[in-house]
Amino acid sequence: MTSDPPTSGSSTPGADRRHVVVVGGGMVAQRFVEALRARDTAGEWRVSLFAEEPRKPYDRVGLTRYFEVRDAEELTLGDPALWDDPLVELHRDCTVVAIDREARTVTDRLGNVHPYDELVLATGSNAARPPIPGNDLPGVFVYRTIDDVAELRGWVEAKREAGRVETRGGVVEKPVRGAVIGGGLLGLEAAGALKALGAQATVIEFGTHLMGVQVDLGGGQALKRLINDKGIAVRAETATKEMKPHRRTGHVGRMDFADGGRLDVDVVVMATGVRPRDELAREAGLPVGERGGAVVDLSCRTEDPHVWAIGEVACIEGRCIGLVAPGNTMAEVVVDQLLGGEAEFPGADTATKLKLSGVDVASFGDAHGRTEDCIEIVWADPTAGVYKKLVMSDDAKTLLGGVFVGDAAPYASLRPMLGAELPGDPAAFLLPEGTGGAPDIELPDEANVCSCNNVSAGTIRGAVTDHDCTSVGDVKSCTKAGTTCGACLPLVKKITETEMTKAGIEVSTALCEHFEMSRAQLFDAVRVAELHSFTEIIGRFGVVPEGASSPGRGCDICKPVVGSILASQGNGHILSGEQSTLQDTNDHMLANMQKDGTYSVVPRMPGGEVTPEGLIVVGQVAKDFGLYTKITGGQRIDMFGARVEQLPQIWKRLVEAGFESGHAYGKSLRTVKSCVGSTWCRYGVQDSVGMAVELELRYRGLRSPHKLKMGVSGCARECAEARGKDVGVIATDKGWNLYVGGNGGQTPKHALLIAEDLDTATLLTTIDRFLMLYIRTADRLQRTAPWVEEYEGGLDAIRDVIMADSLGIAEDLDAAMAAHVEGYEDEWKAVLEDPEKLARFGSFVNAPSTPDPALAYVPERGQKRPATPEEIAAGPDGPVDPSLTGPVLVAGATLEVRA
Amino acid sequence: MTVTDNPPASPVGSAVARWAPVCRLDDLVPERGAAALLERTDGTTVQVAVFRLLDDTVRAVQQLDPYSGANVMSRGIVGSRGEEPTVASPIYKQVFALATGRCLESGGKTPKPGLDAHLELFATEVRDGVVHVGLV
Repeated sequence: MTSDPPTSGSSTPGADRRHVVVVGGGMVAQRFVEALRARDTAGEWRVSLFAEEPRKPYDRVGLTRYFEVRDAEELTLGDPALWDDPLVELHRDCTVVAIDREARTVTDRLGNVHPYDELVLATGSNAARPPIPGNDLPGVFVYRTIDDVAELRGWVEAKREAGRVETRGGVVEKPVRGAVIGGGLLGLEAAGALKALGAQATVIEFGTHLMGVQVDLGGGQALKRLINDKGIAVRAETATKEMKPHRRTGHVGRMDFADGGRLDVDVVVMATGVRPRDELAREAGLPVGERGGAVVDLSCRTEDPHVWAIGEVACIEGRCIGLVAPGNTMAEVVVDQLLGGEAEFPGADTATKLKLSGVDVASFGDAHGRTEDCIEIVWADPTAGVYKKLVMSDDAKTLLGGVFVGDAAPYASLRPMLGAELPGDPAAFLLPEGTGGAPDIELPDEANVCSCNNVSAGTIRGAVTDHDCTSVGDVKSCTKAGTTCGACLPLVKKITETEMTKAGIEVSTALCEHFEMSRAQLFDAVRVAELHSFTEIIGRFGVVPEGASSPGRGCDICKPVVGSILASQGNGHILSGEQSTLQDTNDHMLANMQKDGTYSVVPRMPGGEVTPEGLIVVGQVAKDFGLYTKITGGQRIDMFGARVEQLPQIWKRLVEAGFESGHAYGKSLRTVKSCVGSTWCRYGVQDSVGMAVELELRYRGLRSPHKLKMGVSGCARECAEARGKDVGVIATDKGWNLYVGGNGGQTPKHALLIAEDLDTATLLTTIDRFLMLYIRTADRLQRTAPWVEEYEGGLDAIRDVIMADSLGIAEDLDAAMAAHVEGYEDEWKAVLEDPEKLARFGSFVNAPSTPDPALAYVPERGQKRPATPEEIAAGPDGPVDPSLTGPVLVAGATLEVRA
Repeated sequence: MTVTDNPPASPVGSAVARWAPVCRLDDLVPERGAAALLERTDGTTVQVAVFRLLDDTVRAVQQLDPYSGANVMSRGIVGSRGEEPTVASPIYKQVFALATGRCLESGGKTPKPGLDAHLELFATEVRDGVVHVGLV
């Protein structure tokens, strides 16, 4: 359990600072604290937050994602630094049990009493358990917290395990039968979660159609088809009468319906709605609404002027609202009020978008067309499961609401136009994309673009014009737009780019002055045009500078990109012919340049495996050439201080001993790190070293937009830290789980689960396609993590492309990888066999074996390191500067070398 | 005899005291550099980076990269800015004009203490297929 230091309240330094206590640790509470700390620049307030759950506020909207990330930390909301703010105290696992309004104190579950100046109730809701007999049977769940989801997962996995039977034909798995009571937003997400866990799912809906609050009957019918396509059954107009236990296990086993029907089940999720948690308010004598919730006015204040309520527990305008966006607005309202403002709740934006993979549903405004004299414009394609409707004012000009099923593309740009006049014919907005017609909408500044974070179009424009934001990423961190559910991101991108263009800021994806294309465009252009040299490529696609008659000769940006593209498309050795002029010095010398102009040398040790004989050779080579040695983070050995003219001699020795290039210098596969796995480890469930060696040998030499790192762990303990890699493989008892898009470095990122329990052949194919898709479509120097994030449709879309072949390019990707695997040759071995290439490794063209006379080294911890300028100035006879007593210049570059 | 003269981009061109032969033109790969170890007329050694361009003209600048203090300029990528041939430092990627030695793009960095931001330019000649560098 986490316990944070208790508040002492009165004796805090700066006692004139006022204290606001927030009860509840959900998304809205987090927003309140974040907004208060952002706006209270004078530090008038300190804030204490009491959370019931033992964790920081997390993204409940993204709960289903927990099945993918499996790491509660990744759902954590906002900047973690918020909780390090000295004016913020987070008490986790610390429920508030009583309020004393007279004394202005709250009491926590441990009996500690905390005084407050202002109190904010943000206790949210409980998932309702409808009063159906059997609602407390084992196997009946609600869907509200990380713990609920984790328990559900554990239950389904246990049922799957129990249902596995060995037969003569192999292992047969009895399906786990799941049902969800409630066909609303949450119910459909829960059904998607059941499917994701490998269970069957049937949605039981009491009303006439799915998502009855948000969509009309026509939309609901289209939605049913889409849901059915996902393999989820739907029973509408069905009331559940009773849930009965299984005779033997006592677990939930059967549902009986009011119409006489029945359904055998192994797990049931109840998702029929939520009930505000207003117990504290009730006990403190505050008025509550008819259907619960602490009654507040438009400033979110209860009857008690020092007590406020925000989020789902607040009963505002006579009702509680179970959406995060209005809750966030309430949080901002109270912050404004505490700081002396007069903000009021502007009314709820109840626009919603379902986040269920592959099912597009969105609605906003008057979705049911209840406004008097309104006009409904409907476009439906029943075979494709598409239903789109706009609700317009009686003159067909003003947008009042909309429903989108099967194609929610217009949602992002239309929702902010709610209440505004649409330009042109409203029907044009409903036509399928590509049929043209939909006019570009110039949103008014006050239009709300990101409803989760209440960010207007004007704020986004201001981020570009007044805050120097030059990318969607900048705008996201500056305005918080698109950081919660992400549905508005396409619109944020569009507004950002339009504004940048207006401000004269280049939004071009041009590589450099020589190519107007992005790396991905150039990759395709080169592939399709079947070009094989830089001169051809720049001649065909290069920009002709003003006043010149032919394109330029490239630069240090575009040449390595073209070099990498040519290498990825199989054009022979990277130093052959003109290709050699494209390589930066690392690729040109097949070694890594260090600060003094010497190089480091890394032989490949696949999977981090090396024989004692190999280690001895590496040690002997380092000793003979006077190299500094260090173990790398990728489980191999780096030898530093090799001069250009030494590289061929060093590699001759290494190649003779069976080593090959480790490509530590290339934007290419570096290493596949592994733990020792089942061959030695007591816990390993698969041979992780064997798999790592196989992967490293398969992808060695593969040129890519940036370096690639992989890892393979032999069990869930994850000793290889595979989830910190671009491609991470973790053994399960059934096969391999595959994670993609992780990296360490400046912005560490955990890789995301893309597929589970793969056999070896499927694993390889999936990685093949992932890598090739990345190589084809990523930007220059874009690692896999930002690529996955920016890929249209994100990880789900990538999964569709590489596992379901949604673009029909899988065969092509497979062929490209097969060509790579087949065409691999050791770059160093090839250089050693080619006198022409070898000739480039001289130190001076007029004195090829004379070392650079400027190199100088001093000893440190038993090895050498480059001398500092001061040490060089002091000369080889010892330091002149008395402060330099330690190191002595050991040698110039001409260390004795045994040939 | 073919003589390829540089345009007099720098005053050193006119004051050459000695033409040092460096290598054959064929020893140089077009659009790549090579280093040469030479002696100035005052007896001090100097490292020079020699580049062969696509039209077989040859350019020479100091091998010392002022932004890193390492002798590496010959190992940079050759390219162009507008119509001006350039080389980029292989260490921190500053871009220099090969015809003048001027630093065109410093990337916000400053040279190492005591070093000039621009490269010293050396005159070059190709005589009988041999590259010569002019020393003062």
